[in-house]
Amino acid sequence: MLKHAVIPLLVGAGLLASASSAFGASNLVFCSEGSPAGFDPGQYTTGTDFDASAETVFNRLTQFERGGTTVIPGLATSWDVSDDGLTYTFHLREGVKFHTTDYFKPSRPFNADDVLFTFNRMLDKDHPFRKVYPTEFPYFTDMGMDKNIAGIEKLDALTVRFTLNQVDAAFIQNLAMSFASIQSAEYAEQLLEQGKATDINQKPIGTGPFVFSKYQKDAQIRFKGNKDYWKPEDVKIDNLIFAISTDASVRMQKLKKNECQVTLFPRPADIEPLKKDTKLRMPEQAGYNLGYVAYNVMDKIKGSDAPNPMAQLKVRQALDMAVNKQQIIASVYQGAGQLAVNAMPPTQWSYDTTIKDAAYDPEKAKALLKEAGVKEGTEITLWAMPVQRPYNPNAKLMAEMLQADWAKVGIKAKIVSYEWGEYIKRSKGGENGAMIIGWSGDNGDPDNWLGTLFGCDALAGNNFSKWCHKPFDDLVKQAKATSDQAKRIELYKQAQHILKEQVPMTPIAHSTVYQPMSASVKDFKISPFGLNSFYGVSVGK
Amino acid sequence: MLSFIARRLGLLIPTFFGITLLTFALIRLIPGDPVEVMMGERRLDPEMHAQAMERLGLNKPLPAQYLDYVGKLAQGDLGESLRTRESVWSEFLTLFPATVELGLAALLFAGVLGLLAGVIAALKRGSLFDHGVMGISLAGYSMPIFWWGLILIMFFSVSLGWTPVSGRIDLLYDIEPKTGFMLIDTLLSDEEGSFKDAVMHLILPAIVLGTIPLAVIARMTRSSMLEVLREDYIRTARAKGLSPVRVVFIHGLRNALIPVLTVFGLQVGTLLAGAVLTETIFSWPGIGKWLIEAIGARDYPVVQNGILLIACLVILVNFVVDILYGLANPRIRHQR
Repeated sequence: MLKHAVIPLLVGAGLLASASSAFGASNLVFCSEGSPAGFDPGQYTTGTDFDASAETVFNRLTQFERGGTTVIPGLATSWDVSDDGLTYTFHLREGVKFHTTDYFKPSRPFNADDVLFTFNRMLDKDHPFRKVYPTEFPYFTDMGMDKNIAGIEKLDALTVRFTLNQVDAAFIQNLAMSFASIQSAEYAEQLLEQGKATDINQKPIGTGPFVFSKYQKDAQIRFKGNKDYWKPEDVKIDNLIFAISTDASVRMQKLKKNECQVTLFPRPADIEPLKKDTKLRMPEQAGYNLGYVAYNVMDKIKGSDAPNPMAQLKVRQALDMAVNKQQIIASVYQGAGQLAVNAMPPTQWSYDTTIKDAAYDPEKAKALLKEAGVKEGTEITLWAMPVQRPYNPNAKLMAEMLQADWAKVGIKAKIVSYEWGEYIKRSKGGENGAMIIGWSGDNGDPDNWLGTLFGCDALAGNNFSKWCHKPFDDLVKQAKATSDQAKRIELYKQAQHILKEQVPMTPIAHSTVYQPMSASVKDFKISPFGLNSFYGVSVGK
Repeated sequence: MLSFIARRLGLLIPTFFGITLLTFALIRLIPGDPVEVMMGERRLDPEMHAQAMERLGLNKPLPAQYLDYVGKLAQGDLGESLRTRESVWSEFLTLFPATVELGLAALLFAGVLGLLAGVIAALKRGSLFDHGVMGISLAGYSMPIFWWGLILIMFFSVSLGWTPVSGRIDLLYDIEPKTGFMLIDTLLSDEEGSFKDAVMHLILPAIVLGTIPLAVIARMTRSSMLEVLREDYIRTARAKGLSPVRVVFIHGLRNALIPVLTVFGLQVGTLLAGAVLTETIFSWPGIGKWLIEAIGARDYPVVQNGILLIACLVILVNFVVDILYGLANPRIRHQR
């Protein structure tokens, strides 16, 4: 009798237990590398923040094809561009639902009001929401959108028009970037009414493939698959869990024990053992990044009275051909790098494959230095980044190798390093000599390499060579102002030739990106932008 | 006794202000400011930088910023994190139980094993066991925590598969944080097997964090026991014919414990310092990891107030130990 009573009780308890835990469902645990600062993508700039919000909870008007840089429709199904390239009219997707959670129940589907709220909040410093919850939008500003968007109008519930001040060929790409994630105007209104505006950064509501469920700082972020997603075939996981694990070695051990199924940023030493593990997969992709040495070309470097030898083209050519890139790739990148020739990665459209690197030739370099009147033992400074970046795993070692290479041709390079923030600030101010730096692409557009890193407008910004060369700059500006892709390709190719001749930099390598995962994970694609997206991904047995 | 407590309390006030001044100054001595870090290396527009500095009140002169900080402290306001914009107090409360849970487990491990090993080593002075315990404890004391943690993970978690690699619980359990103490929360939840899973997650981090205190406690217990065992009252107890267990544990250990207790108090500081590394290795969401990240992000309010809260805790524990010690040992009480 007792046995009969106990069994249903036990079964009931079991059912209760399974009601809240994730056992039995389709789960994917991602060992991420840190806690996000928040969940409002517009406020942030790093992949850690975007993975936890933009890539899961939100959509944008346009979006990048998974694993690529091609732009495809997102919340906008199509768009028309005016002949003068200054007006973009977006036709919005109908019937897209915002997430329903215990803190928000939407009364209407996505429409033009949401687009207006999202962009006006970033554009207008006096926007009502921003008054209550003041914040900056660094990526939006950095891409120049605050200055270039003249206005946004709602033409009808499902049509919006953006008017620009200047033609920007990369505008559609910029809208696909994480910071341009579409927020719900209705949710924002609710938050204002409840006096909880800060919740926009802590309890996100979007239209994306995963619904935010819970965040425990430094421990985990939980999402549930969005059953009402407008592209249902993209949601193949019931529970997506981010296990926050800051240490790279620990992340790899967790992966080996199947405590997580996908992780990121393996240490170079872990790559070979992980590749040998039959339970794991290790897809790799040539990085959409570039590690390079920028030569400050100013006549006098800020803070120094001596003439700057790098102002002379022959000196820059000599330094360039004295660098043994193969050796650097073998030692610094431990083989996980691809030799760089141009100021953009080969996967970037408009990359000119006809350009060749100057051959490694210390003897010729010495001769060039002699021609330039540079005496043996001339000193320059070589700035080395204090941190590891995706495009450069060990800048200090790279600096030591460059120092040795240049010593062979009679140039004495003094290695200088500062704390990272200070490093960037001082070099933006022009205090750097030769400088180890790099870039990861933002939006898949060539201007994000040539214009952002070597344009005259970037002299106070990311143009660390302080190189403003009119023939080059004209080509880049012209290319940015046209929407004819074939013409743009031609202009960027010409610009790449000029850059190669003028040597404001020595491209070193594009680092290979590895993404270790369990063999059971299907259809994961490595993002060229270093983001981690789980829509379209499934987990097998 | 009251004047003793008053004297001790009087010392706390300047200590408290010293800490506020020190943390305020130290974090600002590190180059770079929170806005630079927040906006990323590439997106630092000077106009936006100035606007953010103003919003955060960081454009004021340093003395004014310090006065603001102390003024708010006096009202019990610890401010909000510059990075996450959540209140420092609520972040502390969320993360602190994890550190306490880990610290208590480590202390339990170190206390029980350390006392036992110390007592036995003292009783068997000069034996192989004694040399073994002392040798191992010296090694334990000099062990780099990071390396020790990774070795244990590779051996027990990956090779043998006995314990999980990191975290507080298998994430397939969705445990509601009611108290913040995972062992209690799993007991309160309906999730079958979650308590056992939480215990398994606690074992390795507790061993790693408890290793140094274990070594200190074992060595301290041994030397204190050796001293006590030489005392006349032990000889008297033995002469009275008391059982060896009674002599050692009631008459010996009880007296030997006084200096060991002080060491326990001091170990709270060591534990909190060790927690920074242990929490990083084991992805343990506690205040150690929180502070490390805050320093990286130049999150001034978190660093200042987080350190202040921890310092207060260490002061408080040592204050209690001082009082207890004073109660136990009248000679301390009467010192001027």
